[in-house]
Amino acid sequence: MSVTAKPLPIGGGSVRGAPVESPLTLMWYKFRAHRLAVASIWVIAALYLTAIFANWIAPFDPESRTGLPFSPPSWPTVMVDGEFVWPPVAFGVSQQLDRKTFKRVYAIDTSKRYPVQLFIAGDRHSWFGLFPTDMHLFGVDKGGAFFLMGTDSLGRDVFSRMVYGSRISLSIGLVGVAISLVLGVILGGISGYFGGWVDLAVQRLIEIIQCFPSIPLWMALAAALPHDWTTIQVYFGITVILSLVGWTDLARVVRGRFLSLREEDFVMAARLAGASEARIIGKHLLPSFMSHIIASVTLSIPSMILAETALSFLGIGLTPPALSWGVLLQDAQNVNTLATAPWLLLPGALVIVTVLAFNFLGDGLRDAADPFSRESFK
Amino acid sequence: MIEAQTAPLLEIRGLSKRFPIHSGLSRRVTGEVRAIDGIDLNITRGETLGLVGESGCGKSTTGRAILRAIEPSAGEILFHDRDGTVDVAKLGRTELKRIRRKMQMVFQDPYASLNPRMNVEEIIAEPLICLDHLTHKQRRDRVVELLELVGLNASYLLRYPHTFSGGQRQRIGIARALALEPDFVVCDEAVSALDVSVQAQVLNLLSDIQERLGTTYLFISHDLGVIEHQCDRVAVMYLGRIVEFAETEALLRTPKMPYVEALLSAVPEPDPHVRRERVAIRGEVADPANRPSGCPFHPRCPYAQEVCKSTVPPLRQVEGVTGPHLAACHFAEALSLRGVA
Repeated sequence: MSVTAKPLPIGGGSVRGAPVESPLTLMWYKFRAHRLAVASIWVIAALYLTAIFANWIAPFDPESRTGLPFSPPSWPTVMVDGEFVWPPVAFGVSQQLDRKTFKRVYAIDTSKRYPVQLFIAGDRHSWFGLFPTDMHLFGVDKGGAFFLMGTDSLGRDVFSRMVYGSRISLSIGLVGVAISLVLGVILGGISGYFGGWVDLAVQRLIEIIQCFPSIPLWMALAAALPHDWTTIQVYFGITVILSLVGWTDLARVVRGRFLSLREEDFVMAARLAGASEARIIGKHLLPSFMSHIIASVTLSIPSMILAETALSFLGIGLTPPALSWGVLLQDAQNVNTLATAPWLLLPGALVIVTVLAFNFLGDGLRDAADPFSRESFK
Repeated sequence: MIEAQTAPLLEIRGLSKRFPIHSGLSRRVTGEVRAIDGIDLNITRGETLGLVGESGCGKSTTGRAILRAIEPSAGEILFHDRDGTVDVAKLGRTELKRIRRKMQMVFQDPYASLNPRMNVEEIIAEPLICLDHLTHKQRRDRVVELLELVGLNASYLLRYPHTFSGGQRQRIGIARALALEPDFVVCDEAVSALDVSVQAQVLNLLSDIQERLGTTYLFISHDLGVIEHQCDRVAVMYLGRIVEFAETEALLRTPKMPYVEALLSAVPEPDPHVRRERVAIRGEVADPANRPSGCPFHPRCPYAQEVCKSTVPPLRQVEGVTGPHLAACHFAEALSLRGVA
């Protein structure tokens, strides 16, 4: 069924037997027309799948030292001496110290070839403590090594560390937004539904919170976290800090929707039909603005991810041995490192891709949820 | 008051709705808008009572206050029923829910009054779900019956509001209002959002239902043509008060209040050869937060005299006319005003 070619079935008793399309179906059609948003779904899905199955996808353990520090990114190749080879091969590398500059120089030894293999044995790992195994999705035999995104000062594979780091960086956005959502919907809902002095109090609280410059506030709160906390505790501490600040925007959105919907004729009609307050909220108000909430939640995930990255980059969020993109970026803090090993900035690129994908997805959802945009049907 | 031929269904006494005006940081009350300012109205069982007036005169507020869709500030709304008389204005939550079965409303905007996320069955069944105890099967049968009553196909049951035209949506709204067979329905500008041809269909549908079910309507409109077609009696509102109240025929032919004359002269004349003089109303509608002293219409009235500025004319029976005819004008008898032919 081609959607773009089909006119919107509005009006007319003549369209008897027209498809019974619910508003949700129509939203899906509109969303589907937003190419960038649909592409973003795939990007985001790939990122999260990578995070979930990080231990299989990463070719190395994030802490294992290969003995090859600051190795530039090296990719397996399919062309060797003008000949096509399959599977792609990685070459052996040897390192020397340049006596004049004291720079490490890596030389490729094309005589040693290591074909890339799928499901290959490597460092031992387990999936959140379950299914211990030494099987990796791809890799090469011992002796050869390829680093998709180079290695850091201790010779650890940056790609593997990024894959593992995505667990924290990507989940902190979801958990943080979940906490913000609960706070925002409850407080915003109370504010919008009851109005009066309750509304006044909640709105002033939001204004006060929003008045604080967020980075110093996060820094103060993060500095207040006890030093003897475990990584998991710090992780949740940081999440709570981020969402304590982040709920205000959501609360505003919810309140605004409540205020405008409360005055709608169909809500008055429901009241006249004898509907209880609970039924009005649950059956009329919430479904009407849920789509908007989902859209604004999607748009606020990237700011959480950015906030975590910023905090960890500054060294007051998560600290090693915890792994997140922000923690990885700490290695790229000085100019010297950047000059010799610019690939240490690659986690930043991943942050950009993730944030953009979430923003495109949020845009698409918002346009789809907006009943006044009919663009995609023109 | 006009003596009702049969027992009144609703007696409204001194109904008022005031909206406070807040200003400043402390939200101090610095004034109030008197949207309805002490209305008395009797609505006879089985009649269609028209309520006319220009925008902002309080007609919709009156309709909503009677149904307690908004809380009236003062006054009594006596609802006479087989089960006795209740004052709707004083009912608590549970009793109000009981009376909702008997009083319903058809909204002006057929687009805003139907929840876009519910299908036709859910919309029409809403009062049945909230106020009735029916099995799922009974409820569906009832909804189909209602759809047929308002002239819609039962196959529309699962369709969503956006797939209907304005007229069809209004029929859905009417079906919802009639779901519990209420005695009293407020039609708040029920046809003004519709095309003229569709207006006629919906008006005929309403009359048809009245004949079959004996429903009483409060018909709020600004369209005098619709009022003439539909109503037995008409009350004209100006600035929150009723200024004239009579049988439709009498009010339209021989208005007794200058504002009504001006209102009637604004009705477009379909015959291009008939020349009529229009009584232009000077000035703007007064601000209900700052109403003029004396007769609220005096700053715009071509016949205004000194007494009009100082004394509020009561709504009283005009002397020397046959039949009941109330008007709020000091010179109701003296003036000879033009109506529509």
